[in-house]
Amino acid sequence: MTAKSSTPTNLRSKTLSGAEIIYRCLGLEGVEFIFGHPGAVLLTLLDLFLERSKIKHVLTRHEQCAAHMAEGYARASGGVGVCLTTSGPGATNLITGITDAYMDSIPIVCLTGQVSTSVVGNDAFQEADIVGMTRTVTKHNYLIKNMADLAPSIREAFHIARTGRPGPVLIDLPKDILLGEAPFQVPEGEVDIRGYKPRTKGHPRQIKRVAEAIKEAKKPVLYVGGGVIHADASKEVEKLATAADIPVTWTLLGAGAFPSENKLSLGMLGMHGTAYANMAVDECDLLIAVGARFDDRVTGKVSEFATKAKIIHIDIDPTAIGKNLPVEIPVVGDAKQVLREINKLVKRQKRTLWHKRVDRFKEDFPLTFEAAEGGPIKPQEAILTLSEEAGGDAIFTTEVGQHQMWAAQYLQVSFPRHFISSGGLGTMGFGFPAAIGASLARPDKLVIDIAGDGSFQMVLQEMATTVQYGIPVKVFILNNYGLGMVRQWQDLFMDRRFSEVGLEVGPDYVQLAAAYGAKGLHIEDRCDLRPAIQEMIKTPGPFILDVKVDPDELVFPMVPAGGANRDMILNDPRKKKPKGRLSALPDN
Amino acid sequence: MRQVFSILVNNHAGVLSHVSGLFARRGYNIESIAAGPTENPEATRIVIVAFGEEETLEQIAHQLRKLYDVLEVEQLQYNRSVTRELVLATVSADADKRTEVLQIANAFGANIVNITDNTVTLEASGNDHKTRILIKALERYGISNMARTGMIALPFDEMTDEWEPLA
Ligand SMILES: Cc1ncc(C[n+]2csc(CCOP(=O)(O)OP(=O)(O)O)c2C)c(N)n1
Ligand SMILES: [Mg+2]
Repeated sequence: MTAKSSTPTNLRSKTLSGAEIIYRCLGLEGVEFIFGHPGAVLLTLLDLFLERSKIKHVLTRHEQCAAHMAEGYARASGGVGVCLTTSGPGATNLITGITDAYMDSIPIVCLTGQVSTSVVGNDAFQEADIVGMTRTVTKHNYLIKNMADLAPSIREAFHIARTGRPGPVLIDLPKDILLGEAPFQVPEGEVDIRGYKPRTKGHPRQIKRVAEAIKEAKKPVLYVGGGVIHADASKEVEKLATAADIPVTWTLLGAGAFPSENKLSLGMLGMHGTAYANMAVDECDLLIAVGARFDDRVTGKVSEFATKAKIIHIDIDPTAIGKNLPVEIPVVGDAKQVLREINKLVKRQKRTLWHKRVDRFKEDFPLTFEAAEGGPIKPQEAILTLSEEAGGDAIFTTEVGQHQMWAAQYLQVSFPRHFISSGGLGTMGFGFPAAIGASLARPDKLVIDIAGDGSFQMVLQEMATTVQYGIPVKVFILNNYGLGMVRQWQDLFMDRRFSEVGLEVGPDYVQLAAAYGAKGLHIEDRCDLRPAIQEMIKTPGPFILDVKVDPDELVFPMVPAGGANRDMILNDPRKKKPKGRLSALPDN
Repeated sequence: MRQVFSILVNNHAGVLSHVSGLFARRGYNIESIAAGPTENPEATRIVIVAFGEEETLEQIAHQLRKLYDVLEVEQLQYNRSVTRELVLATVSADADKRTEVLQIANAFGANIVNITDNTVTLEASGNDHKTRILIKALERYGISNMARTGMIALPFDEMTDEWEPLA
């Protein structure tokens, strides 16, 4: 009997180039878009984009924006964003975007070209130790030194980026790896990394304790963050809030995790949160944090934060729990899975007294601004009007500054992934490229970047990208001719000495749009606001609406840095009769 | 609080700086760090002795566990582990003091590795307590040069409830 040797199909492997292996691996991960900017080391990989269409390369005008576009794509789609740059300056230009993704737990994979392995470490032309530089701002990073590591590392990188607490992963690709050849076979089975096993299932005993604490609480508050959106747990939050009758507040990154029109919603909390959210948290006896990390912009002075409350903290990242303040009931796990288990144990409850109290906070301390007939456009009313005209289906991104806080306060956001903002790092110039990424991820949606003039000027070269690819992003500039948020601090804490915050010289945004081949409009009268917004929405393609707003307007409420949330400044102290402070409210 | 971390990591370039960087970012000085191969050629054991507040050290342990290349983190307790350090020290010892120094070395089981007209260089190993007392005893004569490996440690495998650790 002769034994016939045969190779099972899955073990048969072809020899492919490094560039080809990368392209195939990205295809296997479901990548649709790569945001990038070329360089000589990438030639063989770039060449593949000429004839193939499975993955589209989007040529950005600056690498920082490639990273932000990847973030915007990831945040709008729930998938992993990908960017690709050359070695040296191409790679270092990514660092702000990578750090932004790290701070806000956004899954992106960054591919960087590198000089050949034989000269790595020699200060070769356009060499930068990007792996060393990004070690503290990536979940993990790789310098590929062997062809055999290429495909497995790419697969691991996507796994690490999207699982557990998501985040950026960088893969540094030396030129000889891109040019080299290796056998390739489609990998099978689960990725298994010995040192990386995120826990997703909450401990049953802890979940029981949570349910009991909810049952016993008289004045509970749910405090939800970006983790709820990453875990796709909005429905579970809504179910818990409704069943146990709990008011809900959110962080900047949590906006959209709970519909702002729901009567249980308190809006955003923290430094520029609503007074009623901060008051409810100050008074609550149980604070249920889900996928949030007690950032200092949220807590104010930590020792004065939620002092009457027992704290439950549900988070996939054990290092986030107990980091800033002590937690009575920690639950490590995926927000969706944990909340599902909790929801099974929670019985319907009504908390009439607590809601009466919260309603009183809302009535007595609403968000307010004053717009005078014939006066300048107030940024708040611009956002309210935009929100009405755009409707609940639009996706909003923001830059960083006053406009961002007004957007967080006044936009109606009904769905997760519809509000995209740079929270942890607070990166000016994030919103516009993020909007481009979001628009590619959700071509069916109206995507609007709520911009400050200062922030937009950091990234406006990407107008070319929107025109080249026909990406219909709308840039809604709240133009106060200055770096408003810094100016606000000078106004309140530096005796109105306005140093280095004026942007009197800026481009004519209508001409700027035209220069890139896009449309634009400029307004400064209140009566033009609604029609201009309507025109922006109905004009196809990219559009800049330059809204000249009152440069003297400040964001309130405001908790002074380092102060207790309880002592927030409610109204503009420059105007007469401030409405008072939270501590003035008598207990019922 | 003083804490001994025993950290098993992948034997990859850059891991040591990543691990020590976590301590540095929190502003905690590492008192000693020792790394070396293990029974598994792909893994390295790093032993770090650090001072800090308990919560911060706890937080650092959590953060270490998050690193891809970190396979295990153990916070060792003194009475449940064996710790050792190697010390090399050159001590001033003129002819009239030499006998005293050699006696001390002898009492601590230290080996003499070099003797000159006015110095003695010795090699001693032991746990924290022993090396500290030895160094203190030698300081009286003047230590002109010293090198220490930093502590290495292993937890005890316990056999029975009544079993008593030896060191
Ligand atoms: C890249 C970057 N540089 C500096 C800052 C500090 N900063 C925070 S807000 C702000 C002003 C933003 O101005 P603008 O975009 O016009 O928004 P506005 O506050 O005027 O609405 C500055 C400079 C930052 N957040 N990001
Ligand atoms: Mg501005």
